[in-house]
Formats: sequence, structure tokens, C-alpha cells
Amino acid sequence: MTSAKKIKVLIGKPGLDGHDVGAKIVARALIDAGFDVVYTGLRKTPSEIAQQAMEIEADVIGLSSLAGSHIDFCTKLKGLIDQYGLKEKLWLIGGCIPKQDHGALKEIGLDGIFPNGSRLDDIVEFISANTQSGDA
Amino acid sequence: MDGSDAKKVVNESGIEIQTLYGPGDVERSGGMDFVGDPGGYPFTRGIHKEMYRKRPWTMRQYAGFGNPAETNQRFKYLIENGQTGLNVAFDLPTQTGLDSDNVLAEGEVGRVGMAIDSLADFETAFDGIDLDKITVSLTINGSAAILIAMYLAMAEKRGYDLKTLRGTAQNDILKEFIGRGTWVFPVEPSIKLVGDTIEFCAEHTPKYSPVSVCGYHIRESGCNPAEEMAYAFCIAKAYADDVIGRGMHVDEFAGRLSYNFNLFGNLFEQVAKFRAGRSLWAKIIKEEYGAEDPRSMWLRMIAGGGGGGLTFEQPEVNIMRGAYYALISALSGTQTMALCSYDEAYTIPTEYSARISLRTMQLLMDEMGLCDTVDPLAGSYYVETLTNQMRGKMEAVMAEVAEAGGIVEMVKDGRIQAKVSEQAYDMHKDIESGEFPKVGVNRYRIEEDDEHEVEFHPYNIADAEMQIESLRGVRSRRDTKAASAALAKVKGAAEAGDNVMPAIMEAVKAYATVGEITDAMVEVYGRYEEPIRF
Repeated sequence: MTSAKKIKVLIGKPGLDGHDVGAKIVARALIDAGFDVVYTGLRKTPSEIAQQAMEIEADVIGLSSLAGSHIDFCTKLKGLIDQYGLKEKLWLIGGCIPKQDHGALKEIGLDGIFPNGSRLDDIVEFISANTQSGDA
Repeated sequence: MDGSDAKKVVNESGIEIQTLYGPGDVERSGGMDFVGDPGGYPFTRGIHKEMYRKRPWTMRQYAGFGNPAETNQRFKYLIENGQTGLNVAFDLPTQTGLDSDNVLAEGEVGRVGMAIDSLADFETAFDGIDLDKITVSLTINGSAAILIAMYLAMAEKRGYDLKTLRGTAQNDILKEFIGRGTWVFPVEPSIKLVGDTIEFCAEHTPKYSPVSVCGYHIRESGCNPAEEMAYAFCIAKAYADDVIGRGMHVDEFAGRLSYNFNLFGNLFEQVAKFRAGRSLWAKIIKEEYGAEDPRSMWLRMIAGGGGGGLTFEQPEVNIMRGAYYALISALSGTQTMALCSYDEAYTIPTEYSARISLRTMQLLMDEMGLCDTVDPLAGSYYVETLTNQMRGKMEAVMAEVAEAGGIVEMVKDGRIQAKVSEQAYDMHKDIESGEFPKVGVNRYRIEEDDEHEVEFHPYNIADAEMQIESLRGVRSRRDTKAASAALAKVKGAAEAGDNVMPAIMEAVKAYATVGEITDAMVEVYGRYEEPIRF
């Protein structure tokens, strides 16, 4: 991808969950795919994540969660996303996200859900297809 | 070179595997000098003379969820089913030093482990469990000093003699910075706190193991088996150096250090890893640290069937993976065994899946003859050669770390985190491409996989509410003055650079909470700022 403006992705680790292997793997894969990637590091609050997304002008907010509290923090983040005018951003989540929760997450406003076992290429393609420079 | 045309095979640690091994290979790799006898230096064949004939491995499934009363029920269920030790899972607020009513704990109380706020919770969690018969391992790190104090205070209150009380705490903070992530304080004070627990326990609870150094989670985060063990030894040395710097002699504490290693991967590489590791640690402690007591040289360990080897795809196949991991563990001469349950890529274990893991280990013990004789793979040309080669790999990794300024420096600036996560990425790509075989993932996939449902351990929000209620009860019932005075002492000890354990003991007995005691130390030590490197 050689387009002038790179798609900017914020990979966030909300809550107290310390599992960051997957988040870092996805971050590296997105860099290799030509995206501009910022990783928040562990234990961020929804407001810290929304704040950082705004500061770096992220096109994509990707969350990683493996400790089960995804509905709680996505609900909180939803309010902040609306408040900060981040509604148009592509919003993704990956990790240990049971199928039974996918409906609720979609309803909250998640655009893409990539549970354990998802392929890196699928994540890259999804972002490319759903962001403005998706033709890159 | 064995002259065959077979495709080149290299194990994860980077050792090329031959088609056939013979006595010449053993000689060339260093011979049998390091093998020795079980129970004697350098302990390659096992730390005890009779190993499982005398005492089979302890079975210690990781368990805990919701509030202490619920966890107490699960503990009793596991014990009734033949489990011989407890391995306590704490929720993330407890692990990161937050009380259950902290705003940062919302949605996380009791979710991935049991919520503990005060000594009252420990009293409930272990009610009716005989702590002489069932040894308890606390999987706690960032807030370990506090939780160890609570455990000891609970036992003391129930009339146990601390001089003979056994048990283990994980309390390995350096690996938390590399993987697992439940740190609280910056690196230096964190190491100092580990040193405080070692020093305190050596004096007051000589049978209690205050630290279980973990290669396990670094392996989960992406390193290879030789690195797993080498990094763990570097970390153990950092703790040893801290307490030796306070004037302790190695034989005063090394005998109570224990280890936690991972099991997934190539069976022979794993067995060789454990055999090699035992002799290498014995050599380090004897030659570098001048230990004289053989117990100081023991690589006592729990070896766990790691989640990193299990798959989200075709989860029931993980039951078989777990069985092979348990076999590796038994062939490797571990002291304690635990298995990730087959559903752990989805959820924390249900009673059902925990019981399957337990039965897996019991099968090996009761039906398959794994306890009959010591180190049954010894003398195999392949295993002995590989054991020598794995030892060489570990030594090389340790030399690299020393060259790079030591493990503590590498943790501080994030170099080790970056290295391990790069390897995780490479491995992930190899699995996606099929280069590294993974059954059910990159071969033998099935379409109906998408339909597979595992039974989920339910999360009950009412338990979290009850926990908060009970925390408020404790705060209102306790002697507020005594609690505040004790907290001031914790802060004072931290400021003075004294061992904080006596003050923490006093604070937990005054029913000061995990969050309060953590905050008292944060005021002095500050909080860890993670270097964002990947």
C-alpha cells in the first residue's frame, strides 16, 4: 500500500486484562500491512482510549479483550465515542469474545468482531474494505 | 550428520533433530557426566531419590471465581474429586491491588478468579479446608506481599504453626512485566518487595515457598522452551541477588524457591528441557552462589499444560492435548501438575472441564505406570543428547542476557518484551501459513467448527455486588484507628526502605484492605509505567 495518507489504527487494551500477546500480534500484522498503528499498552480506561483515539486521529479503534469484561467496557466506551464525535470511526474487537455476546456487541456499535482463531488477513481486509482509503 | 535424505527437522529451541541417535551422539553432545543419580547433584534425573514411588505429583488445578464463599465450594468439590493441592485464581482487581468497589474494578469483580478484599475473605475462602493436608498455592504477583500476609494471618488465626505451614505464592513480578501483566509498582521496588517476602518467610515461615519463578508465562508470550527456562533462571538470580545484597546466605532461602514451567510443544524437547534445567540450576546455585545444602540446588517445580498449546478450533481435541502434556510432565519429574482445561480458549473452567483435567492426571498416576520408576527416559540416546544440547542452548541464552545488561535492564527498557512478542508474531504467522503444524487449525479443519458450543462458566453480577457489600461491612466493623495506624506503618516502612512485611502483616490483621495497603505503598513507590514496545 503506497497511498499518501495511511490508515491510522489504535489498538487498545481496556480494563485490567493482562493478555497482550494477541493485541501485539495484530498490531505488528497491521504495520506489515501498511497501516499506521499505535498500541495503548495495558489497563486503559474507556476514557483514556477515547482520548487517545481523538488525539492521534485514529480511523480505526481496535480493542483486545480476553478476560470477559468486554460488554461492560464497550458500553462505557460507546457513550464516550458518541460524546467525542468518534462515531464514524471503524470500531473492532478481538480476543476471547463468545458468540453469545456478538449480538449485544453489534448492538452497542461494534463494526467487526474477530474472536480467537480469526486470521490476520481477514482483519487487514476488513479494515481496508471499511475505511475511506479502502481502495489502497 | 546422519546421511539420510529426510527433510530437515529443527525443534523450537533451534536444535536440529537427526533421524537416528546412537552412543556416539551422546558422547559428542557432552556425554553422560551430567546425568548422575536421582536425588543427587546435579539432579538431572530428579530432585528426589525415589520420586513418584514415594510421593506422586501433587495435582493442583487453577481455580477460583466469584466471591470467597463460591470459591470455597469449588475448592471442596476439587478436593472431593481427589485433587491434592489448591492453586488459587484471584480476580484482576485483587491481582492489580484494587478493592472491589474501586471504579476501575467495575465489571471485573470475581470474573476470572476470586475477589479478595480483606482477611475476612480469606477466612471464608479456606473455611473447612485442612491446611496441613492440602497445600495452597496463591497465583498472585503485583499484590503478592499483601496476599501472602493475608494467607499467613488466616492460618495463624486458625491455630496453625507458621513455622511448619507449607504453601506457595507465585510472587514472580519480573515475568509479569514480560507477559501476564498484573504489575503494580515500578520494577525496582517490585523486586525489593519480592526480596522482602523471601527474607520474611525465611525467618518466620521456613516451610513456605514465597516465590515460584515462572518461565510458563514468558513461553505463553512467545519465547521458545530453552529461553523459557533460561529467562526464568535469570529472573530467579535477580531475586537471589536482591536478598544476598541484604546479607542473606544462599542456603537460607534457595531451598524454598520454586518454579513454574510450561509443557506444550514437542514431547522430547520438553522432557530434555526439564532434565537439562535441573542440572543447570543446580550448577548455578552451587558454583555461582556457593550453596552447600543440596535442597538449595533443587529445581522444584509445577509444570502446567499451557493454554498456549490449546486451540479455539475443535476444543474437545484439547482434552487429548492435555493428556499428552500431563504425560510430558510425569516423564519430566515434576513435583506438581496442573492442566489448562479444554475450554480455556473460551472461558474459565466449569466443574465438568476441571474434573476432566483432574481425571487426566489421575489416569497417568493410577493406570499407566508413570509412578513406577524414576526418570524412565534416561539412557535414551536421543533424550540424553537432547538434554545436553538443551542445556547448551539455555546457557547460551543466559550469556546473551548477561551480555545485554541483565534481565532487569531488559525488562525496564522493554527489550525483552519486544523480543518475545516478535517471536510470538513469527510463530503466529507460521501457524497461519501451515509452516508450523497445528491440528484442527492449519490442517484437518472442519466446517461445523463454527457451530461448536462449549458450556460457559456463568458470571454472576450478584456475586460481585455481594462482595462489595461484604467489603463495606468489613470497613464499618473494623477498628478504624487501628487500620489507619497500621497503614501508616506500611507507608513508613516503605519510606524507610525497611522490610514492609511485618507492617503488612499488622495491617491485614487490622482488616486493612488490598486496595488500601497497595495505595499506601504506591504513595512511596509510585506506579509502573509500561514501555510500549512490541
